[in-house]
Amino acid sequence: MRSVPRVWRERVTKYRLIGGACKDCGKTFYPYRRSCPVCGSDNVEPRKLPETGVVETFSIVRSPPTEFVGQAPYVVALVRLDDGTLVPAQITDVEPDEVHEGMRVEAVLRRYREQGEKGIIEYGIKFRPVISNE
Amino acid sequence: MGNRVFIVGVGATKIDEHWDLSLRDLMTEASRKAIQDAGLSKRDVEAVFVGNMSSGYLQGQEHLGSLLATWLGIPGVAAHKVEAACASGGAAVHSAYLAVKSGVYDCVLAVGAEKLTDATTSDATSALMMAEDQEYVAFAGFSFVALNALVYRTYMKKFGVKQEDIALFAVHDHKYAANNPLAQFPKPVTLDEVLRSPPVADPIRLLESAPLGDGSAALVLCSEEKAKRIGKDILIELAGSGLATDILSLHDRPDLTTLAATVKAKSSAFKQAGIESKDVDLLEVHDAFTVLGVIHLEDLGFARKGEGWKLLKEGQLERDGDLPTNTMGGLKARGHPVGATGVYQVYDLVTQLRGEAGANQVPDAEIGLAQNVGGVGGTVVVNIVRRVR
Repeated sequence: MRSVPRVWRERVTKYRLIGGACKDCGKTFYPYRRSCPVCGSDNVEPRKLPETGVVETFSIVRSPPTEFVGQAPYVVALVRLDDGTLVPAQITDVEPDEVHEGMRVEAVLRRYREQGEKGIIEYGIKFRPVISNE
Repeated sequence: MGNRVFIVGVGATKIDEHWDLSLRDLMTEASRKAIQDAGLSKRDVEAVFVGNMSSGYLQGQEHLGSLLATWLGIPGVAAHKVEAACASGGAAVHSAYLAVKSGVYDCVLAVGAEKLTDATTSDATSALMMAEDQEYVAFAGFSFVALNALVYRTYMKKFGVKQEDIALFAVHDHKYAANNPLAQFPKPVTLDEVLRSPPVADPIRLLESAPLGDGSAALVLCSEEKAKRIGKDILIELAGSGLATDILSLHDRPDLTTLAATVKAKSSAFKQAGIESKDVDLLEVHDAFTVLGVIHLEDLGFARKGEGWKLLKEGQLERDGDLPTNTMGGLKARGHPVGATGVYQVYDLVTQLRGEAGANQVPDAEIGLAQNVGGVGGTVVVNIVRRVR
């Protein structure tokens, strides 16, 4: 079902967090596409999204899809980036029970899934808690 | 406004883990029952619409239209699959409705079929996630339950509602499934059992989630002229069928606690049927997860936002309440064979309107509404049936 070119063609939006900004209604969204998902305007431009934000809402997956068997339990979330854009991603480098709404997080590149024993390994952006320097 | 459309026959299999039956067996059996119930011959059927979500992934089988026509022994008829994730069944009913309403066909079959137990639970979980954006949401490891869990958590926080008041929906469904011979889980459960069942994707617990199962349901739809020729005592009209979409993924939507497609599909169906919310006597909502049942009551216009759970708690959804809902067991306990569910919902409404619901019978119901949801509201179908005196 998956293939090398299929992963490769998403590399820019996926690894660099490239979203879109609607110049008509102001909505920012992820990933980039040519039309605004909310107002339908084509007056949209690509935008590099910020790499920090907070956990808006989350769940702990305990019965995962086949591609993620062996990884459960893990945390999936909607992260509210600092510019207000919501993105779907896993929360990593933290115990599931310690994740909470409003937790401050930052983007990191991490492994997501493997295309079988001989297939390529798919990477993407996950978010980890920001460790305060204070 | 086109021709009037009537449901003259219904058929369904029990929802179960059917180890001894294949997908084709299930949909052939439901279709045969529906044609027999109509008092017609299979040669009367001019077109077949098969609602199914995952046969390609789970059975390695597509082209269900031709397959079913072949196995029914009516090769040559118009036939094709209709897919809209968990709303595939409702969408098949919608397509069949349009086919008769347009006047192109006089007699068609709307079939829904799904067989989830040919796969492991994790494969079925992967199949269901195909309702979402594969490149950006399924990619991140979300399960379908987890997406609904995001809605659940957001809803409880926004409106200050407790899980115990939402989880009651599962208790409600099981109570009615106990009297439904076609239900997958015909037995009652207590609120305590629901709240103590293991979490699948926090905060959603196992007994708050519709089960994995196999089943098929079918309807025979006819034009008014043909329906009157059959000469049934009770005529059931498919009075309206609305279908609408919403932004596919939750993270793109302005509000996680409402399904905009429900509001649109409902308005469209109401307009076609010439009715309003207050005219609805009987309701089937797509409660794949307890919280969604509550949200649907609000989006369909029966409760204010954040207050759907009160209808449940006050008993208004009971058989003898103001708004009898899921009176044959709903998705939780009748069962949810994904692409068949939208057809089972209409089957259940017809059973009630004909007065054949046994211990679950709602007295004097005339208008029923079935709401069928694909994904987390990426598609919603609202079908309205009316008993014609």
